[in-house]
Amino acid sequence: MTARTLLGLAFAGLVLIALAALPFFAGPYAVTLMIGMTGYVVLATAWGLFSGPTRYVSLATVAFFGIGAYTVGVLSETLPYPLVLLVAALIGLAVALVVGLSTLRLAGVYFVIFTFGLAELIRQVVTWYEVNVTGTLGRYIFLPVTPEGIYWQLLALAAATFLISWGIGRTRWGLALKVIGDDEVVASHCGIDITRLKLALFATSAVIITLVGAIQAPRWTYIEPSIVFNPTISFLTLIMALLGGADRLWGPLLGAIPLFLLFEWLSANFPNHYPIILGLVFIAIVFLLPKGVLAALESRLGKGGAK
Amino acid sequence: MSELLALTGLTKRFGGLTAVNAVSFSLERGEVVGLLGPNGSGKTTVLNMISGFLPPTGGRITLNGDAISGLGPNHIAKMGVARTFQLVRALPSLTVAENVIAALAFGRQKLWDAVARDAALHHLSAVGLAGRADQPAGSLTYIDQKRMELARALAAEPELLLLDEWLAGLNPTELKTGIDLILSLKDRGITVLLVEHVMDAIRALCGRSIVMNAGRKIADGPTAETLKDPEVVRAYLGDGHV
Ligand SMILES: Nc1ncnc2c1ncn2[C@@H]1O[C@H](COP(=O)(O)OP(=O)(O)OP(=O)(O)O)[C@@H](O)[C@H]1O
Ligand SMILES: [Mg+2]
Repeated sequence: MTARTLLGLAFAGLVLIALAALPFFAGPYAVTLMIGMTGYVVLATAWGLFSGPTRYVSLATVAFFGIGAYTVGVLSETLPYPLVLLVAALIGLAVALVVGLSTLRLAGVYFVIFTFGLAELIRQVVTWYEVNVTGTLGRYIFLPVTPEGIYWQLLALAAATFLISWGIGRTRWGLALKVIGDDEVVASHCGIDITRLKLALFATSAVIITLVGAIQAPRWTYIEPSIVFNPTISFLTLIMALLGGADRLWGPLLGAIPLFLLFEWLSANFPNHYPIILGLVFIAIVFLLPKGVLAALESRLGKGGAK
Repeated sequence: MSELLALTGLTKRFGGLTAVNAVSFSLERGEVVGLLGPNGSGKTTVLNMISGFLPPTGGRITLNGDAISGLGPNHIAKMGVARTFQLVRALPSLTVAENVIAALAFGRQKLWDAVARDAALHHLSAVGLAGRADQPAGSLTYIDQKRMELARALAAEPELLLLDEWLAGLNPTELKTGIDLILSLKDRGITVLLVEHVMDAIRALCGRSIVMNAGRKIADGPTAETLKDPEVVRAYLGDGHV
């Protein structure tokens, strides 16, 4: 390891400690805000982990997020909390493997539509089951998890996600992803098993997303399918990752923080017009920064003769 | 001598078009064989099926006696087949060295880090690209990209190398270097199947040639004889070649 990587890791560690200490200094509102923000940072980074290198646009984010949250809703009173998280992760993994095996051969827009349909399908199935079999629509979650506890878990998950993403970039799999990004035909002729690699990435990303849903679930106290399977979560994640640049480690983070704050402010101040403004922001981002802020900044700097 | 590759009744149809029609031949280990034929006769399609890029519609391919028809390119690559493409395929956003490391890291040898880099530099200098390792591959000229593609194919340490018009577009000096390069592969015992239109190169390199026309094999034998074969002459003249 070079001195620069060590320095980078040490710096990241310090930032993490500072963030973890935040609840001791800031009030409960700040903790609530940080829970939402950290949640979206993880969602967007996990989304970029799969979609950045493969360029598949997935709208399945909320499918996994909802699976995580719902698993907690169903099991919170039967199993100890850490086991509930583990079960949620395993269910997310199983769904991701089945979905990945059947859909990663789909190209372009078919994949987008399929993943969107998947999230809706899961929501409808859960709703149907709750109404017809259990006879309820929502579930109460009474877990002795404090907001600080949720925040710290999300921070740990964020750290793990960044480590995974950064680690992949340093292994041969990182090179494989770059090769696939350039030319899949060459990749397969070099001996790279493209399907398996994509599947592994999709599953990793899905498990992380499932855990975000599971960790955040206790925050709601009451959940029902329309809350935890709300497609807006998929769209927000997508647009955050795209704004920052999905193919860079820090891109999704840079997109998630400003957009999360913007959306919080908008929904607080313009609750009636929120969906319209949201749509306009989406369009503006896709038109103005199609490759993300980081790429735009780099090309600016490059043109300015900085390097 | 032992048989390395065998095609039996290999066929490929694209809709109504039969691009390759019941082609059979085999390659002995260490042979350098030319695959010739007019434009559109199905040569590239044959290579595509051998490398696993296209699944055959019918027939069978064996490598060292094992059936490989229907396997994906990643499996076939690991069994010792490497290729170049008629239209060169560089990985433009990677460096020249990374282009070669891609084959080293995922092929049979699984080299990585410093070892992989050393091996890549060695393969690059063998094709005349010493000192270019850290350039972006996209910045190379077309000819240099072809060299790099060959380095990538050789880095896989293949038993069978498929070259699709690798010598096309070279000037006379480069052609001479290119031919010497392929001759040196022969000395290393690599079996080569090369699709080529440059007749001088074929005469210099291939003891044996296979000729295709309209998807069928029409000749197979010592190069000097096949080129004189009346059906071969007619196939080329009929298409306005030679
Ligand atoms: N993927 C494909 N889909 C449909 N048709 C194809 C495809 N690949 C090749 N063909 C057709 O198959 C026939 C044989 O093509 P092929 O590229 O194998 O010829 P070739 O002998 O390599 O010709 P050339 O000397 O021009 O490279 C052509 O008519 C071509 O148009
Ligand atoms: Mg061809």
